[in-house]
Amino acid sequence: MLKNIKWKHYISYAVLAIATVVLAILSFSGALKSSSIYMLEKIAISIMLAVSLSMVVGFLGELSLGHAGFMCVGAYLGGKASVLLEPLLGEYPALIVSLLIGGALAALFGVIIGLPALRLRGDYLAIVTLAFGEIVRSVFMNTSTESFGGTLGLDTPRFDKKILFVIALVLVIGCLAVTQNLIRSKHGRAITSIRDNEIAARATGINVTKYKLVVFAISSFFAGVAGVLYSYSNYSVQSANFDYNYSIEILVMVVLGGMGSINGSIIAATLITFLDVQLQTHLTGDLAVLKDIFYALILIVLVIYNNAPALKGFREKYNIRKLFDRFKKHNPSSIKDDEAKWDRVPTKIQMDEVLSVDLQVSSPYTPDKSGKEDA
Amino acid sequence: MKLIETLISGLSMGSTYAMIALGYTMVYGIAKMLNFAHGDVIMVGGYMIFVTLSATGNPLLGLLAAVLFCVVLGVTIEKVAYKPLRGASPLAVLITAIGVSKLLQSTAQVVFGTAQKMVNVGDLGYLSWNGLTVQISTLVTLGCSMVLMVALSLFVKYTRTGRAMIAVSEDRGAAQLMGINVNKIIMITFAIGSALAAFAGLFMLMKSPSLTNTLGAMPGIKAFTAAVIGGIGSIPGAMLGGLLMGVVEAISLTVPAIAPYTDAIEFIILIVILLVRPTGILGKKRREKV
Repeated sequence: MLKNIKWKHYISYAVLAIATVVLAILSFSGALKSSSIYMLEKIAISIMLAVSLSMVVGFLGELSLGHAGFMCVGAYLGGKASVLLEPLLGEYPALIVSLLIGGALAALFGVIIGLPALRLRGDYLAIVTLAFGEIVRSVFMNTSTESFGGTLGLDTPRFDKKILFVIALVLVIGCLAVTQNLIRSKHGRAITSIRDNEIAARATGINVTKYKLVVFAISSFFAGVAGVLYSYSNYSVQSANFDYNYSIEILVMVVLGGMGSINGSIIAATLITFLDVQLQTHLTGDLAVLKDIFYALILIVLVIYNNAPALKGFREKYNIRKLFDRFKKHNPSSIKDDEAKWDRVPTKIQMDEVLSVDLQVSSPYTPDKSGKEDA
Repeated sequence: MKLIETLISGLSMGSTYAMIALGYTMVYGIAKMLNFAHGDVIMVGGYMIFVTLSATGNPLLGLLAAVLFCVVLGVTIEKVAYKPLRGASPLAVLITAIGVSKLLQSTAQVVFGTAQKMVNVGDLGYLSWNGLTVQISTLVTLGCSMVLMVALSLFVKYTRTGRAMIAVSEDRGAAQLMGINVNKIIMITFAIGSALAAFAGLFMLMKSPSLTNTLGAMPGIKAFTAAVIGGIGSIPGAMLGGLLMGVVEAISLTVPAIAPYTDAIEFIILIVILLVRPTGILGKKRREKV
């Protein structure tokens, strides 16, 4: 059995687990500054958001521009639950229950948004998710001060920061386990087949409705959990923070990491959040916006580079994976049939290429050599 | 009287939305992409008006400068960011468009700063008639946009270029075979859309003089919503959707109980319409083929 385990599939867990243990030890020994702890919390939240959005965008192939909206639902409802439950249950049970409540309610909204997703595709769905995010924000902003704080924001219980980020990192590993296992299962292949060709997937007997709803639910569940963590991390929830720009920022992480790559999303989320916090503390005033220009340029250049039909040849020539493959020892006999690398195989069938008839006949008339000699 | 005043201001706001929505819907119909940066072209137009106005003091000159600059900007964006992606997946194009939108917003912030600029386009005063008080700028907005919309409809219907646009939107491949230069038509579409966006920028500044780098973000999203409600790709649909959106907004803003939820109400209408009629009010249903 052990032989079948690929190190590649578990490296992200291993790295995260080691990081969690090391950071936890550092934190309890008092070696970590509070600013680093704050950054670690932010990174954990970003990873969770990026991984969960990557499920919808990278694997299901639907664009969601309302991920911050799901996070907002989790942050407000989970935060409110923690405020109500803490006197009753105590610190830790309240945190756990509010994480579950925030996640579950966000998942419920995810299903509600997933329902139109069954009828709408592409751009329409993007605009509906965007609208959802704005609706959520506007509703929470106009609540009364007693219920959700309205424009003042909702204050949430204080929790020991030294422990909170460890819990956040453990939750990230949990999120990773759920998404990785889902994506690598039979269900994950069904989900990617919907991305590649929905009609073909439907024709193969895949229950598209079910899978779309499941992906939306799981993705928004983790967005909700990230929202609850956010509310604990910031001590308060402000609806203005969950605007559409935040959804875009999460999308940038997913695109930068590479669509359909969970490890990529993790790396990109860590990198961007790290840069973000660093730039926020070092750049002030109007210079802070240079960061946004940088993100925007990354987004444009990367997407054009990865998708432009004109650059196809260039991409294939300078593929990073291929460059790495050159250093690897190839051992064809070790590849078994049942561990087909489905994630590398281009699943998209180019219907135009299959159906097109090549009209350019290379040489319409080739004179016979012997005939020439005769004349 | 109050109701009529509300309706007029709603129609005026709606006609501004309709102008923006036309840019969205034409680009969507012809280039088959959602130009997310369209709203920010309005903002750039607004800044151009601001710059020209503070240099010369003439709002009409400002409008001219804004229209010219926006046309150049729109065409450049299309050439640099969208054209390389023609034939790529719609998701990739959409994400690039989002990137362009962010780029425009943050560049404007670097150039002009975060502080809001006050742009006084010129007070035209009020018009009173039988107890009805209407701002003249409202009527100007309404009149100008109606003229522009009629002109656009006539252009699309009766000129060679306009018909070529319809042809490209119906079947790009067939249009190309009939000798239509598709790239040129897409470029013209972006130019027209951006010019309309510059007009919308002026109308918005006439309504409220504060100018920031997010001037176009929310109206852009709302106008796109309007285009979707009307049926995206359809020019009368965008006008209808825009006007509807403006009237709903004006009515909702006058009712104190629901006024804070105005944005939410507009988006809920979008979701409901899309659920009932996924192609919008005037949109045509398209069969998906394998």
